[in-house]
Amino acid sequence: MAKLTLVEAVRDGLAAEMRQDPRVIVLGEDVGVNGGVFRATDGLLAEFGPDRVIDTPLAESGIIGTAIGLAIGGMRPVAEIQFMDFIAPGHDQLVSHAARMRNRTRGALTVPLVIRTPSGGGIRPPEHHSDSTEAVYCHYPGIKVVIPSNPYDAKGLLIAAIRDDDPVLFMEPKRIYRAQRQEVPAEAYTVPLGKARVAREGNDCTLVSWGAMVDVCLEAAEQAEREHRWQAEVLDLRTLNPMDIDAVIASAEKTGRVAVVHEAPRQCGLGAEIAALIQERVFLYLQAPVVRVTGYDVPFPLASLEDVYLPNVRRVMAGIQKVMQF
Amino acid sequence: MGSAPTVTGECVQAPLQCLTPAGELAAPLPPGLDANRLVEIYRWMVRLRAFDSRALRLQRQGRLGTYAPYSGQEACQVCSVLPLQRTDWICPTYRDHGAMMVHGVPMANILRYWRGDEWGSHLPGVYTLPISIPIATQCLHAVGLAWAARLRGTGQVAVAYFGDGATSQGDFHEAMNFAGVFRLPVIFFCQNNLYAISVPLARQTAAPIVTKAAGYGVAALRVDGNDPIAVWAAVSQAAARARAGEGATLIEALTYRYGPHTTADDPTRYRSEDEVRQWQERDPITRLHRYLVHQGLWDAASEEALQEQVKAEVAAAVAEAESLHPAPTDIFDYVYGEAPWYIREQRREVLAEARVGEGGGHG
Ligand SMILES: Cc1ncc(C[n+]2csc(CCOP(=O)(O)OP(=O)(O)O)c2C)c(N)n1
Repeated sequence: MAKLTLVEAVRDGLAAEMRQDPRVIVLGEDVGVNGGVFRATDGLLAEFGPDRVIDTPLAESGIIGTAIGLAIGGMRPVAEIQFMDFIAPGHDQLVSHAARMRNRTRGALTVPLVIRTPSGGGIRPPEHHSDSTEAVYCHYPGIKVVIPSNPYDAKGLLIAAIRDDDPVLFMEPKRIYRAQRQEVPAEAYTVPLGKARVAREGNDCTLVSWGAMVDVCLEAAEQAEREHRWQAEVLDLRTLNPMDIDAVIASAEKTGRVAVVHEAPRQCGLGAEIAALIQERVFLYLQAPVVRVTGYDVPFPLASLEDVYLPNVRRVMAGIQKVMQF
Repeated sequence: MGSAPTVTGECVQAPLQCLTPAGELAAPLPPGLDANRLVEIYRWMVRLRAFDSRALRLQRQGRLGTYAPYSGQEACQVCSVLPLQRTDWICPTYRDHGAMMVHGVPMANILRYWRGDEWGSHLPGVYTLPISIPIATQCLHAVGLAWAARLRGTGQVAVAYFGDGATSQGDFHEAMNFAGVFRLPVIFFCQNNLYAISVPLARQTAAPIVTKAAGYGVAALRVDGNDPIAVWAAVSQAAARARAGEGATLIEALTYRYGPHTTADDPTRYRSEDEVRQWQERDPITRLHRYLVHQGLWDAASEEALQEQVKAEVAAAVAEAESLHPAPTDIFDYVYGEAPWYIREQRREVLAEARVGEGGGHG
């Protein structure tokens, strides 16, 4: 098995699935000759040729809209939106059509489309390159939303997304694109959509998280153990819609103390959704109110104030303290 | 010598060229472009080149964030602005900070922006929008600004800057259509530098960009974008047409960026050194320099003085930009006119943490 970074695992996942399913094509801005601005499609053009790895005109509505037609027409398009922020021009196609084609046609037409997009902050890029707007897309019925936190999951979840018959928004936390290497099998394998992963076991409190924030939670959990002997469980959701409600409930029941940690702004974010689910279902198990540790309700700042915005270990520790010492 | 250039409602395919790469006039000087103006254009282009190369070096030293260079496109950046009035609006992209400086934005602001400080976009009294990173969106803003100018009778013109890649976006087409339908005083200024990051022009359009105007009832002109005189002529005529109530003009300026798309990009993946060299032979600065020297308007002494002056100017801007820092609370203070409760709460949280930090950290 090769040790791959997350971005290499994405590439590997695309290649593995393209090898075994000729319907899979990759399209987007700079995905061909350039191999993607993060190199997530590097080498694919050479292996699969220009009919399957396609540099498109610079138009997100064009990319997503035509990908809908390609998908209905029998292909398995994997469209890259260069940065999550630039999905906005394609929003109309995604929410007005991809999300509801199955429902409108009572199942006669489906849109097996994957939209891959680097998301989140932490790499000090220019303006409009750091958003994580997952909550927006979880709010639109009909789209699945997936975000891996490590290389192994990235490959398996991506292949599962490509094989799924519904549109999947596949968010890639670019901050951890090259954060770690992990053993990744060479063949095509899947990690099921809709299933969370316990990234760290613990009995005292639960940190619910996803994407790049999982590493931050793990680090905070280590610190909580070192400094307070608190055993924090870290739940990595992996799929945000549909969320693994059983895993969330089981952990909340076990620890009775939950902090949700996400990088996106707080208001109307997924933290609110998770807190509501928990209090609706296991209210009597709770030892403390569910706490949210999140980005602030401001546009993602430019590089010099990025660190003020992003939740870090210190802020997650404060969240742990709040639920433990309520 | 050809005849003086004119902007018409028809598509003009051959690019307008007034000054050859050898520095010889290919058309009469357009009205209003006298010796003083030509020297002013030259000085600006040299200033912008110096800024750009300094910015690239700063980025390599880790003193600037990701940066989008414009070297090679100075004729476009300078001569799309100089024929305008100070009160005309410009709507730039991330590559048009050169044009912004010509329109009155201090160098230090541009540096602050690329250092990741939003104060760089704080531009009171300068008629420019902040740069647009989302592609083509600013084309519609320019149309709206032109519309407002018409409704209010201010006589202002608005210029939308964009690249060849931007012409693939719906917003570009919507903007042209509105401008055509409402006959608005707007200039669509396309710097066709042949690539959108790595994707070549042929992947953006199967027809020349200049021909797109016809379908929207917008006048169009194609110019040699490395020819400062041609760009000046095209823009000044488009502005005159706009002010005379004759509506919008699309200008397709054929040009080239020598550097990477941004400092995060590796252009060797998609274009050859040879291609870059060929474009360098058409360099806008060398071209005008040759002409000015030939006319006796410029010499080695004036060049040396200019280089010294520009070096000092850029150094002062760098020092200023590096001495200024945004406050952490800045992220909260400009989201709304009056901050809602949740932002006030979050602001207090950050302030409290900052105080803890000053007190030597928490236990
Ligand atoms: C809506 C949107 N999609 C994608 C991007 C990423 N991106 C930034 S610049 C660029 C290429 C732009 O090319 P062009 O319009 O020709 O302008 P140039 O950079 O060559 O001046 C791309 C794809 C973006 N900024 N905005």
